[in-house]
Amino acid sequence: MHDLVAITALGGTDPHVDTVGGVTCTEVPGVALASVAARMGQEDNTATSLAKLIDAPTPDIGRWAGTTISAFWAGPDQWMIEAPFDTHEALAEQVKTAMGDAASVTEQTDGWTRFDLNGDHIPAVLELLCQLDLRKLDPGSAARCSIHHIGCFVLCRTPESFSFYGPRSSAGSLHHALLTAMRSAL
Amino acid sequence: MTQTNRLNGGQIDRNTSLSFKFDGRSYTAHPGDTLASALLANDVRLIGRSFKYHRPRGLLTAGSEEPNGMVELRTGALKEPNTRATTIEMFDGLEAKSQNRWPSLKFDALAVNDMFSNFLSAGFYYKTFMWPAAFWEKLYEPMIRRAAGLGALSQEADPDEYDKGFRHCDLLIIGAGPAGLMAALTAGRAGVDVILADEDFTLGGRLNSETFALGDHSASDWAAQAVAELSSLPNVRLMPRTTVIGAFDHGIYGAVERTGDHLASVPAGKPRQILWRIYTQKALLCAGATERPIAFENNDRPGIMMASALRTYANRFAATASQRVAIFTNNDDGHRTAADLHAKGVTITAVVDVREDAPTCYDYEVLKGAQVIDTKGRHGLTFVEVALADGSTRTLESGALGVSGGWNPNVHMTCHQRGRPVWDDALAAFVPGENLPVGLSVAGAANGVMSTHGALQSGAEGAANALELTGVLPDLPEAEDAPVSQTPFWYVQGCKRAWVDQQNDVTVKDVKLSYQEGFRSVEHLKRYTTLGMATDQGKTSNITGLAIMAEVAGKSIPEVGTTIFRPPYTPVPIGTFAGRMKGQEFHPTRLTPSHYWAKERGAVFVEVGNWLRAQWFPLPGETHWRQSVDREVRQTRASVGVCDCTTLGKIDVQGTDAAEFLNRIYANGFAKLAVGKTRYGLMLREDGMVMDDGTAARMAEDHFVVTTTTANAVSVYRHMEFARQCLYPDMDVQLISTTEAWAQYAVAGPNSRKLLQKILDPEFDLSNDAFPFMACGNVTVCGGLRARLFRISFSGELAYEIAVPSRYGDALMRRLMAEGEEFDVTPYGTEALGVMRVEKGHAAGSELNGTTTALNLGLGKMVSKKKDSIGSVLSERKALVEPDVLRLVGIKPLQPEDKVTAGGHLMNSEGPVDAAHDQGYVTSAVYSPILNSNIGLGLVKNGAERLGETMRLVSPLTDLTVEVELVSAHFVDPEGERLRA
Repeated sequence: MHDLVAITALGGTDPHVDTVGGVTCTEVPGVALASVAARMGQEDNTATSLAKLIDAPTPDIGRWAGTTISAFWAGPDQWMIEAPFDTHEALAEQVKTAMGDAASVTEQTDGWTRFDLNGDHIPAVLELLCQLDLRKLDPGSAARCSIHHIGCFVLCRTPESFSFYGPRSSAGSLHHALLTAMRSAL
Repeated sequence: MTQTNRLNGGQIDRNTSLSFKFDGRSYTAHPGDTLASALLANDVRLIGRSFKYHRPRGLLTAGSEEPNGMVELRTGALKEPNTRATTIEMFDGLEAKSQNRWPSLKFDALAVNDMFSNFLSAGFYYKTFMWPAAFWEKLYEPMIRRAAGLGALSQEADPDEYDKGFRHCDLLIIGAGPAGLMAALTAGRAGVDVILADEDFTLGGRLNSETFALGDHSASDWAAQAVAELSSLPNVRLMPRTTVIGAFDHGIYGAVERTGDHLASVPAGKPRQILWRIYTQKALLCAGATERPIAFENNDRPGIMMASALRTYANRFAATASQRVAIFTNNDDGHRTAADLHAKGVTITAVVDVREDAPTCYDYEVLKGAQVIDTKGRHGLTFVEVALADGSTRTLESGALGVSGGWNPNVHMTCHQRGRPVWDDALAAFVPGENLPVGLSVAGAANGVMSTHGALQSGAEGAANALELTGVLPDLPEAEDAPVSQTPFWYVQGCKRAWVDQQNDVTVKDVKLSYQEGFRSVEHLKRYTTLGMATDQGKTSNITGLAIMAEVAGKSIPEVGTTIFRPPYTPVPIGTFAGRMKGQEFHPTRLTPSHYWAKERGAVFVEVGNWLRAQWFPLPGETHWRQSVDREVRQTRASVGVCDCTTLGKIDVQGTDAAEFLNRIYANGFAKLAVGKTRYGLMLREDGMVMDDGTAARMAEDHFVVTTTTANAVSVYRHMEFARQCLYPDMDVQLISTTEAWAQYAVAGPNSRKLLQKILDPEFDLSNDAFPFMACGNVTVCGGLRARLFRISFSGELAYEIAVPSRYGDALMRRLMAEGEEFDVTPYGTEALGVMRVEKGHAAGSELNGTTTALNLGLGKMVSKKKDSIGSVLSERKALVEPDVLRLVGIKPLQPEDKVTAGGHLMNSEGPVDAAHDQGYVTSAVYSPILNSNIGLGLVKNGAERLGETMRLVSPLTDLTVEVELVSAHFVDPEGERLRA
């Protein structure tokens, strides 16, 4: 076991938590990510293997699905796989094993930072942040958007719980955007 | 202070009193007032001074079309000039000041301009201030600007916050008058998602200004009930205080919501305004109509207002401009004002109607076939002179005069995508044309439907048609449905100074003069006279101007045409457009994995695109950046240095065709690169110019990691993605960025191997044989952490780049520093990085400037002739391969202390110094602590053949001439022995 201590994207040893008006914004470093892109002609095989891996139907465009290991749609025949970091730090290897030669797999764990918003009235915050049509954002939705010029994924877990993925290097700016919108809307 | 002109009734809360100040004097008002209505109630008619002549001016309207009644609202940094008193919602403690006057509103010294009005007619400054030319910018223009104008800026940063937001709906209804409310009820009851936006703080539009009934209710009660029902519908979103400012492409509308303007102070963290981007398939414009004035002699005195505005002030705000009011009209609507004011106990001195067949009312006098020919009153109207039908004149003692020249549909939004309105003869007004923004339709008065019943009906039908609703439309309340016809009457003949555009002090005479002087296009009329410019954009003046132009041109108004309407519909603070993107948040900031550590070390940071990179790391006692940078270079070249190079783009390339794909992307060969090897690669644009350089490491047969320069990380990725999808769709290649995922550090210097060996797990052999120059591979460090190791060198030293997952980057940097102590390790920043790469002669951004070829950079042989790759053919263009093309060389001054300046040009040692004799230019310049000399890289004609030649480096701008010698670009270790050590 190596002896290097990780820091979160916001630079702390512990995740950052902020609460405004009943909504909590939590930094979530405890997630491992890997990208999956089907190889040419292997689209069906990839989808099948993916469904097996996440123990759920392969998510369609704009959707996420799964349980411990889950996947969200990231592009045509491309998905991002999520799993708890503590138990799946080697997620990319596990996914590659599951996919075999059907897909290209790349570790993305630290390419991204995740913030979860939990509470009521999150749509009021969201509408100040991104151009998504919130009427269509229901549990199971996973959408790409730009938040304050930062390319992000927004996942709706439940109407009271959303996850935001943004590039790790811009974590401070994304966090600022989220908090500013929370203070403004709530 | 008593509100002497406060009437009974109205939609104000008389139980609450608010105090406010205008020009330092205190007054009282009630919730529901605007600043304008409160001023009138307090018998204040004089509000400001006019733009050019500094004439006393008051309110003209009761809405956002107001040209005159502008004030500086609030104080200090919060001061906002040119705020329309008619749209300022009253709050307790409001402070406003009149503007464009000195020293006071009542005595304005610059009113002297009015006495010289003959010299200040349209275009006067084009004619008057011609000589001497140099005086224009320095003297005349500042002088004119000081004398003319509107309010003054605070010159301080705006302390307010602004948000941007995004909303979606099925139907956006713009305007909540009778048409808008009925449309919203129709669509809302049908269950579709509706946004109803209105600029007013009370929804209802003119229903709040009228006394007639809708069914069993007063108009305002009906509006309130409709709003209450709409509020109860979950699918309807009401947006009061929201101005839809423009119709943009693809069903996008801009809207400004004033969330904080009606508050004494905006709560911390809350926005003053929100700029909404509303996405909708369908929009219904129910913007109503604007009453138009009639121009006559001295028609700009305070107290002369639009008749409909007087009615609004009386009915909605329970205020009147005076207890004695006259009306001047050419249509029945003016009579409605007289009747309403009369009913409120205001004395109607007479209704002056230009029509011989004007309707009669027995409660007050109607002067048929009469015209107002002049007015009197220094700071406010006192008398109105009327020419009667029989040719005699009458003087009416009146403190206010309501003017009604008919109504113009508010077609602005229909023209935001270059649509042109069409002329309606019956209305004598422009109505929306056929060519509307996609998805937009128009209802109510905005569409020329002028009766209340018509507005309700067209609103309901407009919503139903837009949404293709089937079934029965909602029942409409009974409402007035009087036929409306408007016979134009634009101005009273024979007047000398009759104002058309009160905001810009444009008279009837100015418009005629403009035509006479050859400005025949309506667009030229606008520029020459400034008619229709500035904050009100001519909402009350444009049509009159066009009518006068048409008359003098002998054309019809539609033949003259209109100027184009552009967004925004009403003025928007610049801060609203900026939103949160200001100051430090102007763009997202990207931090490197070692950022927090670097900050602790006192690093000086530099912005590199969105990244913040450490520029150098000063040590105690170092007072000048050069001391730090020189030390970092020396320490690295003497022992070992570490630099965070995470910012370089990293692109994961996988797939069975990955190697062949890279073979086409890069100018040099990649197909045969062995697994475990890295290669320097040169990427060309289609036109043969160098696009970017970097490395590609083959991690497996079907897996490469491509690096790019920091600056081009995104553009290279986009280029590769384009090539993958569009140029080579048959290739099995997958791309994804991993720039952020890995913290990557350059470890450079003769002791780099020793340092790295200390953190690498023991099973990995770093010896030259096991891991030679350009090797790459997966390793583990610090007891099992996965890492990637590349033996590549930008500094020219024995060097590696080590990458670990970003979350461990901070810890790895600290570990490298701790383990490197015994080697006197130093972190180095981008400055030392730059010095070392210039010393080594590596091209970077300054050389890859978009105009250079591989040949220019001394890398011509890298462009493989054995294969096809992007840009290889066009790099062979004749002009790009002439013998004397620019070539990369090193530049060394004959005197080491002489400055080498990037951007300086190189001239032969003898001969003229001019562009015709230019031999090339310096791209990069640094001080080399290794060579103890300033040095540079440059591009010189046929430079490769001219090494050893002495040239002059000149910079005429900085008056620099330095003798330099052209040398090899590789100042340090030209044979590359160190990096292979």
